[in-house]
Amino acid sequence: MALGAETIRELERTEMERAAQIWANNENRRREQEAKEKKRTEFETVSVEQRASIPGFRPGDTLRVHAKVVEGDKERIQVFEGVVIADNHENNRKCFTVRKISHGIGVERTFLLYSPRIEKIEVVRYGKVRRAKLFYLRDRVGKHARIKEDRNPKR
Amino acid sequence: MVNTILGRKIGMTQVFDDRGQVIPVSVIEAGPCIVTQLKSVDTDGYVAIQVGFGEIRPRLVNMPKTGHFKRAGLAPMRYLREIRTEDAGEYKLGDAIKCDIFKPGVRVKVTGISKGKGFQGVVKRFHFHGGDQTHGSMIHRKPQSSGATDAARTFKGTRKPGHMGSEKVTVRGLRVVRVDPEKNLLLIEGAVPGSDGGLLTIQQLEQR
Repeated sequence: MALGAETIRELERTEMERAAQIWANNENRRREQEAKEKKRTEFETVSVEQRASIPGFRPGDTLRVHAKVVEGDKERIQVFEGVVIADNHENNRKCFTVRKISHGIGVERTFLLYSPRIEKIEVVRYGKVRRAKLFYLRDRVGKHARIKEDRNPKR
Repeated sequence: MVNTILGRKIGMTQVFDDRGQVIPVSVIEAGPCIVTQLKSVDTDGYVAIQVGFGEIRPRLVNMPKTGHFKRAGLAPMRYLREIRTEDAGEYKLGDAIKCDIFKPGVRVKVTGISKGKGFQGVVKRFHFHGGDQTHGSMIHRKPQSSGATDAARTFKGTRKPGHMGSEKVTVRGLRVVRVDPEKNLLLIEGAVPGSDGGLLTIQQLEQR
C-alpha cells in the first residue's frame, strides 16, 4: 500500500532507459555499418551509459534531428535541421521545439526526446543565448535572427 | 475466473507504444485482492465472493471487522468489496486475485469516487451558459428562472447550485496498456475518476 509517486518516477525512468538502450543500439549499428564499408573488422561500441548522456543540447543550439517517418507501410528517416527554441517538461515527457526556415517560411517541429521514432540527434552548432525560450526568433528575419556561437560550450 | 479487481490510483504519466506513439496512462496499483468470504445461495441467496484490498494498521479496524477477518484467518485489510461471479466455487478463503487477470489490449470499465468540487453554481455544475458579462447585464452566472409561474412550484430535479463531485463515476471502454503482476501495476489508457490514492474498481468489459 506504500506505492506512491515514486512508482511513477520509476516507470518513467525505465522508459528513459529503454530510449537510451535504443539510442545505443542505433549508434552501434551505425558504427558497424561504417566499419563494414571501410572494410575494417573492428569498431568501437558505445555503452548505454555513454550514449544516454549524449543528446546534450540547450535552446540556441542548432540540431540535425533524424526522425523516422511512416509513409504508408514504409519507414524512412527524415532530417530536420534547425535551432532549438524551447524545451519542455521533465523526465520521459521531455520534448524540444526546433525551428527552421524552409523556403522563406518558418517551420517549427516539436520532438519528444525519448521517442523511439528519433533515430539520431546531432548538434551542428552550439549557440550562446540568454533566454530559456527563444520565441523572439519568430518575429525576426534574416540577420536579426542570428544566434552567437558558443565556442566554449559547457554542456 | 473473476473479471474484476480493486485498485488504488497512483497517478498519471505517459509511455511510448511499440509504434513510437505516446499514450497517456493512469497508473493503478491493482490487487492483490484476498478472498475474505464466499457467498452462496444457501446462506445469502446469491453467489459472490467478498475480497479485501489494501494494508491497514490493525488498530484502525473496528471490532466487528476484526472479528470478520479473524474468522477468515486473514490480516485486516482497508477495503472490503463484493464481486458478483458465478465461479465462486473456484475460490477459497485467502486466495489472491492479481492483476494478471487482465491482458494488455482488453477494454475495461473503471469505477471510482470523483474529486469533490464543493458547492458549485449552475455554470460549472450543469454547463449553463450564464448571462452576458457586459452590456449592462447584471446577471452573469445566475441560474435565472427555475420554472413557470403557472406551476406555482419548482419541479423535482430542476438543476440548481449545490454540491458537486465526490460521487460514484464509471468510465467505460478504457484500454489496458500494460500489466505488471510483479509490482501489481496496471497501466490504463486515459484518465480514471478520483484523486490519487483513491479506491477504484476495474472490471473487464465483454468482448463485442
